[in-house]
Amino acid sequence: MGTTTASPIFAAERRMAWPRLRFPAWAVSWLQVGPMMLILSVLFALPTFLFLAVSFFDYDRTGIYPAFMLDNYKELLSTPSTWRVYVSSLKFAVIVWAITLGLGFNVAYFLVFHIRNSMLRTVLFLLCAIPFWTSGIIRAIAWVPFLGRNGAFNQILMALGVTQRPLEFLLFSDFAVIVTYVHLFTLLMIGPIANSLSKIDPALIEAARDAGASRWRTMTDVVIPLSKTGIALGSLLVFTQVMGDYFVVKTMSGGQSASIVSMLSTEIQAMQYPPASANAMVLVIFVAIMVALMMRVVDVRKELVK
Amino acid sequence: MIVGGPSKAGAVTERRPWTFYALAGIFCLYMAFLYGPMLVIYLLSFQGENGGVTFPMVGTSTVWFQDIVKPGQMANIPVSFSRSMGLASVVSIITVVFAVAAGLGFRRRFPGSGVVFYLAVASLVMPSLLVGFGIGLGFQFLGWETSMFTSALGAQLTWTLPFGLFAMFAVVNRFNRSWEEAATDLGASAFQRLRHVTLPILLPGIIGVAMGAFTLSYDEYARTTLTIGTKNTLPLEIYALISSATSPTLFAIGTLTTGGSFLAIGVTLVLVLRMQKRRTAASLKVG
Repeated sequence: MGTTTASPIFAAERRMAWPRLRFPAWAVSWLQVGPMMLILSVLFALPTFLFLAVSFFDYDRTGIYPAFMLDNYKELLSTPSTWRVYVSSLKFAVIVWAITLGLGFNVAYFLVFHIRNSMLRTVLFLLCAIPFWTSGIIRAIAWVPFLGRNGAFNQILMALGVTQRPLEFLLFSDFAVIVTYVHLFTLLMIGPIANSLSKIDPALIEAARDAGASRWRTMTDVVIPLSKTGIALGSLLVFTQVMGDYFVVKTMSGGQSASIVSMLSTEIQAMQYPPASANAMVLVIFVAIMVALMMRVVDVRKELVK
Repeated sequence: MIVGGPSKAGAVTERRPWTFYALAGIFCLYMAFLYGPMLVIYLLSFQGENGGVTFPMVGTSTVWFQDIVKPGQMANIPVSFSRSMGLASVVSIITVVFAVAAGLGFRRRFPGSGVVFYLAVASLVMPSLLVGFGIGLGFQFLGWETSMFTSALGAQLTWTLPFGLFAMFAVVNRFNRSWEEAATDLGASAFQRLRHVTLPILLPGIIGVAMGAFTLSYDEYARTTLTIGTKNTLPLEIYALISSATSPTLFAIGTLTTGGSFLAIGVTLVLVLRMQKRRTAASLKVG
């Protein structure tokens, strides 16, 4: 790096510039990453170890006592309702993942490859993002007057003559829960996938077509492999959001199903911290396994950090 | 999210394939799906005085908007709104500073980068309520009171910082390092290079990170509920309202938020466009 021929623009300011400190490159990186690392260690890693410890504690109605016992886990895993809630949450997560992936990929593909005017593309992206600025809770309950017995959707269906009587299954059901999740989380898929797609060189797609590949082959052999980082990131976000959901299942299922986290918060409100911690640990391990599996399929780190 | 796609200047004259129309159809359906229920709540927020949270509309009025600011059941809405704005601003500033720094740090391989990366991933995918639970437990053991600018701020940062870092990866990946090399060759110090070259080029992405962090914080519920202490933020207040009583006031809040968002986005868009125009003008002058 030659600094002998300093340009006048920089040289003028050089006199007031800070004294030059020389660090090795790795030390500079650590200085830049350090503050974030510190915050995450203290506020995320440490509290996680804390409830890992508490999950082995003993408790009664008046307090919790340091101990090392597995009773909290035994009790949790031998309760049938635990398994039921996990199965239902997993079912929601898989269904919502599949729908948001299909929808998100197509929307992102349309915006990146078919919209040629970059201003129009920005505006359409913003249209996708604007509902995100409204409180998630309000967006969830917005479905109540829409799907209800006298709701807008039933009115439209009846006006069109599709049904004679209002459909009852629309609201306070698994259907309503899935619709709300898809409404809330599709953007989490669109963002990362669009980011991956926009990095694909259009020449590659043209080359595939020139080489005689059909649309479908171009899609499966060129576009999808090149956008797998975005797909993986979006999947990660949607999956963990559904597994960690607190209010959607509670408000939209009409009390018919519970989510893992709402089950957990009931225990926290009852100050039963050790069983709540055990429950939390099981959920953390479950999510960690699923995320590790996804990261095995796509090496997100290699793709992102270059 | 603003994503710059590849330019396809040569393809303009080409006829649209049938897939264009199919995908355009899907996009329109998605828009209808996204905005359908939102339109319903915008409409119902003007529900008549005797109307309820569902159809039919019983006349029209603005009483539900007045309800938000009137003392009474909704008295906490304006206060909690200003709390949310304050907290979101602080979260957004901290996130921008540290996530941008970390994003720049990740441009070179350094020993331990894997640990930092996976810590960020873990923090991002951690079920939200559990973060608040862990921090709440910690505060209880230490005998500290939870409050907005200590525990709640911390809980939100565990979500906005990894988000900011991942957004920065996307921003930094598009950055051409030869600009920095050119600055160094012209004799810029590390600080000058950052101040006059790197940050200005990354600025649109950095604004995106700031807006994203602000939104995530402003709308955050599950991490905040166990760490906020006694003074609620807006989402917590709204949640309390749903469980106690439902009235079109909730929808009025939704309508106001959307109006506010449109305003904020419009202003940002104008600023970014003006910035781009100035930059193009400047580069034309230089070139």
